[in-house]
Amino acid sequence: MASPSLMDTLFQRGLDDIIKGVRHQQSSTESIFISRVIEEIRREIKSTDLQTKSTALQKLTYLNSIHFIDMSWASFHAIECISSPTFSHKKIGYLAISQSFSESTPVILLISNQLRKDLKSGNEFEVSLALDCLSRIGTVDLCRDLASEVFILMSSSKVFIRKKAIGIVLRLFEKYPDAVRVCFKKLVESLEGSDSPIVSAVVGVFCELSAKDPRSYLPLAPEFYRILVDSKNNWVLIKVLKIFVKLAPLEPRLAKRLVEPICDHMRKTGAKSLVFECIRTVVTSFTEYESAMKLAAAKIREFLMEDDPNLKYLGLHAISIMAPKHLWAVLENKDVVIQSLSDEDPNIKLESLRLVMAMASESNLMETCRVLVNYALKSDPDFCNEILGSILSTCCQNVYEVIIDFDWYVSLLGEMSRIPNCKKGEEIENQLIDIGMRVKDVRPELVRIARDLLIDPALLGNPFLHRLLSAAAWVCGEYVEFSRNPVELMEALLQPRTSLLPSSIRTVYMQSAFKILIFCIHSYFLQKEDMTSEVSDLASKRECSESSDLATGKALVQSDQDEGFNPRESNQSYEYPSAVDTGDGQSSTPTFMEKKSLMHESIVNLLNLMELVLSPLSGSLDVEIQERACNVLGFIELVQQEFSNPLIRKEANLDREEVIASRVVEWVHDGFTEELGPVSVTAQDRVPIPDELVLKENLTDLEAICGGVELPAPGSFSLTSPYYGESAVFSVSNLQAEEDSEPSTESTSLLTEHRKRHELYYLPSEKNKIPANDYPPANDPSSSISTNDATEDLVKLADQSLVSKRKPNHAKPRPVVVKLEEGEAAPVVSKKPELKDDLLSGAIHDILLGNEAKAASSQSNPSDKSSSKRKGKAKHVDLLDSKENLAVGEQPNHENPSSRRSKHRGDGKQKSKKSKGKKNGDGREDDGEKESQKIRDHHGRHKSRQRADAPINVVPQTPDIPDYLL
Amino acid sequence: MIKSVLVINTQGKPRLTKFYDILTVEKQQELLRSVFGVLCSRADNVSNFVEAESIFGPDSRLVYKHYATLYFVIVFDSSENELAMLDLIQVFVETLDKCFRNVSELDMVFNYSKLHNILDGIIFGGQVMETSSAEIIRAVEEISKLEAASNSISLVPKTVSGWRSR
Repeated sequence: MASPSLMDTLFQRGLDDIIKGVRHQQSSTESIFISRVIEEIRREIKSTDLQTKSTALQKLTYLNSIHFIDMSWASFHAIECISSPTFSHKKIGYLAISQSFSESTPVILLISNQLRKDLKSGNEFEVSLALDCLSRIGTVDLCRDLASEVFILMSSSKVFIRKKAIGIVLRLFEKYPDAVRVCFKKLVESLEGSDSPIVSAVVGVFCELSAKDPRSYLPLAPEFYRILVDSKNNWVLIKVLKIFVKLAPLEPRLAKRLVEPICDHMRKTGAKSLVFECIRTVVTSFTEYESAMKLAAAKIREFLMEDDPNLKYLGLHAISIMAPKHLWAVLENKDVVIQSLSDEDPNIKLESLRLVMAMASESNLMETCRVLVNYALKSDPDFCNEILGSILSTCCQNVYEVIIDFDWYVSLLGEMSRIPNCKKGEEIENQLIDIGMRVKDVRPELVRIARDLLIDPALLGNPFLHRLLSAAAWVCGEYVEFSRNPVELMEALLQPRTSLLPSSIRTVYMQSAFKILIFCIHSYFLQKEDMTSEVSDLASKRECSESSDLATGKALVQSDQDEGFNPRESNQSYEYPSAVDTGDGQSSTPTFMEKKSLMHESIVNLLNLMELVLSPLSGSLDVEIQERACNVLGFIELVQQEFSNPLIRKEANLDREEVIASRVVEWVHDGFTEELGPVSVTAQDRVPIPDELVLKENLTDLEAICGGVELPAPGSFSLTSPYYGESAVFSVSNLQAEEDSEPSTESTSLLTEHRKRHELYYLPSEKNKIPANDYPPANDPSSSISTNDATEDLVKLADQSLVSKRKPNHAKPRPVVVKLEEGEAAPVVSKKPELKDDLLSGAIHDILLGNEAKAASSQSNPSDKSSSKRKGKAKHVDLLDSKENLAVGEQPNHENPSSRRSKHRGDGKQKSKKSKGKKNGDGREDDGEKESQKIRDHHGRHKSRQRADAPINVVPQTPDIPDYLL
Repeated sequence: MIKSVLVINTQGKPRLTKFYDILTVEKQQELLRSVFGVLCSRADNVSNFVEAESIFGPDSRLVYKHYATLYFVIVFDSSENELAMLDLIQVFVETLDKCFRNVSELDMVFNYSKLHNILDGIIFGGQVMETSSAEIIRAVEEISKLEAASNSISLVPKTVSGWRSR
């Protein structure tokens, strides 16, 4: 293919030539070839000869659908092709249109006339082409303009056309709800008979319609019931069953009548698809019918025994629908379920995993999880994570309802995070923190697990586990008092490999390290109060040993020197805490503090270690890391004067300085020991918005001012995680503490003052709520008392809300799990149905039940919209007038659109506007009568039912339907 | 409602694509790739259902059948029955087989237009309209006749292939 040859220019290449041409290309030259062909097509498509044009268009359509070449530029040429009198051109044009047009295609309105012409054509295949096109691309305007043509086709004598015309009604209703008024009656009439292709099409349409708004089609239940009993066509039966699944919850009386015929089909039919549909219908909608459920279960069993993996999968799927209410169905098939867990089919494995978890209960959870975790180790990564995910989600259901032994569960979490393929770090993270906050008794074990995770350097390399590690770090910092060896934790948190972590998680590490440091210094001070003499001995010893090193008092020099003798010291201090080992985690706290007294050296060592690690980070580019490093370094500087520089301190000074340092430590420590509780998701909503707070003020002016200011990287802040919020608050207080000690008390008092003044805007701290919602009074000297109070509150609350589920046969009583009553405060999300659906259902309601009030709502649609639509509407009415005389009820509406609109407004709240509605209603009663009369005439079958319905329909939302099917 | 019908060969080349929702070509291509990515990794003796919500959005299911070098795929929503859709693939393939007498991938390649005629005979606007292959073939043959008749009016075939075949 060097250059376009003479042949190429003289003779047009057909589709076959293009296909052959593409096939002869290598994959590398294919795109070149295609772009050459496109060029050719662009030239040919402009030809005046329709044959050339349509062939070019056909080639383009082919390339569009197989090689994904854009063809939107050719939309006008497609329209030219459909206007050709030749069928083959028309066909090519229509295919191109339905493949490439969208609502936004500018020339789409141009096809309206051609479509109308073709819909009226005598050639059924031309009609079919137009219908097919309309079904794919029908816009609001097209549907409105062509509704009447479609309506005529719905009574076509040719089945081929009629069924397609019925099928298109779906699009018509969706785009132009007013079409319901024209076509719906015809649609319902087409339900007669039971096995024709027409019924198949109508039932399909009703199946789609009822999926969106089942209530409107409830009155048709007798028709569907008749089809369910009479029809022999499996396709039709399946669709009817789908409709009934939607209708059954709305009308309880339906179920009683339906169960028998459905079971009948289930027993008799040989078609698996129908059997499965029957099973699905029974297990979703008729769960209270014991015999039907038994039959369904038996049929499911048959499916499970089949070799066909499809049937096996669907069988398991059906059981999982049953599982929540009828666990017996799962237990009956336990063997198959367990066996399927090792099936080669991923679908079957997943379903059976779901069922295994459905079977899990308090008694067998541990065993189940053990088996599954072992299984996860052996299976492929995807399924492994599916298993882990389902364990996690099952266990955390209803605030860890199934878990009795939290120590076990926490260690299971630890075990799970060590599985090599584990990608569930985020879920485990959430659960670790959540359990830490909710279950007090498990904290010692939790800290132990977290420690194991932190000191494992292998985990740092797996990015999926970073979130999990951040939880472990947080747990270690928050509950450090349960740790057996805080120094070891500190080393783990500051290990060099933490540089592998993303900065947001590193900040958690740093904050936790800071908490541990505070804890250690605090316990050191506590212990010093008891044994002052001992410590001063130690201090004097240090004075002797390091007197030569520390000659100057300048801080900068100090820190350098501190780093200098760091390694030597570390050897000494690291050995003693590791000796700490107590059996029970809970009792380890006092043991640690009393027996193994924290030595002066170890504190100094901790300070040095932190300083060594954090100093470089104070210049970090990440603001969060930098800020935390600076906070901690500032604090270290403050305390260090007292610990490592005793030489220049005069005896008189010592007391005062030490007092300042210990007071600072005390405050910070109090802040950290403040209990954090779980926060209700609705907590924010309970805060009333202050009157003077303007939330909706236009802030565009601000944009001009702040335009140049760059926002910090979003990754560095995470306000959603509870512990971030907390640490941010504390770091503020730290800053204050380090700068000078005076203002810190000042700020606290300011805070309390603020609180007193604006009590209203704070969450009530008592009133049976966990004080976590409070602004934490970090430096409040009296907070130690309030902490105790809070803890007591917490316990009280927990006692109240805990559903006592202690099992006598369990060795360990289930620990307290804090729950929040969220149900009452949960905001009621009332989802308003879409306007269009509303209109559609209103119109259908009107047709089916002759409800005048509702009719107004659907008719007000065109008047609300542009006047052009009005015109279309008027045309419509004329047409109907001549054809069917159905528009009697519509005309008054054109006379007083304003009252109609007001009725439309009150549509939802009919009751409140009743008086107004009545006034209008009086005048219109005649019309309503007339219209319903009309419908009755056309619709003889339902005469009696509609008459009975008419008075009830004043309140449209509750269509109380008299006993069907009787 | 059926969302899409796809025929892809085992190399991932599309042989027939039909989307009943309006989608851009880029989106179509992306969907096709994802579908093929899932299908080619599946063994032969496993079930014919594929989790499709990650590809086609909520409330979508996918069934497929593997014949020789081709995957036949139907994507649909909860108002269709899974097994019925598998039957529908069967109907489609049977009809193709009757139309082309032992259909092969090559037939699918060179009969683009006829393929669409057959599919449109079965599915109309996302709804199943006809499941009897005899009926479908009857309609398809009528359409072919009509096309042939309208083409014969243009006396001199302009395309190279038409010219050759004279």
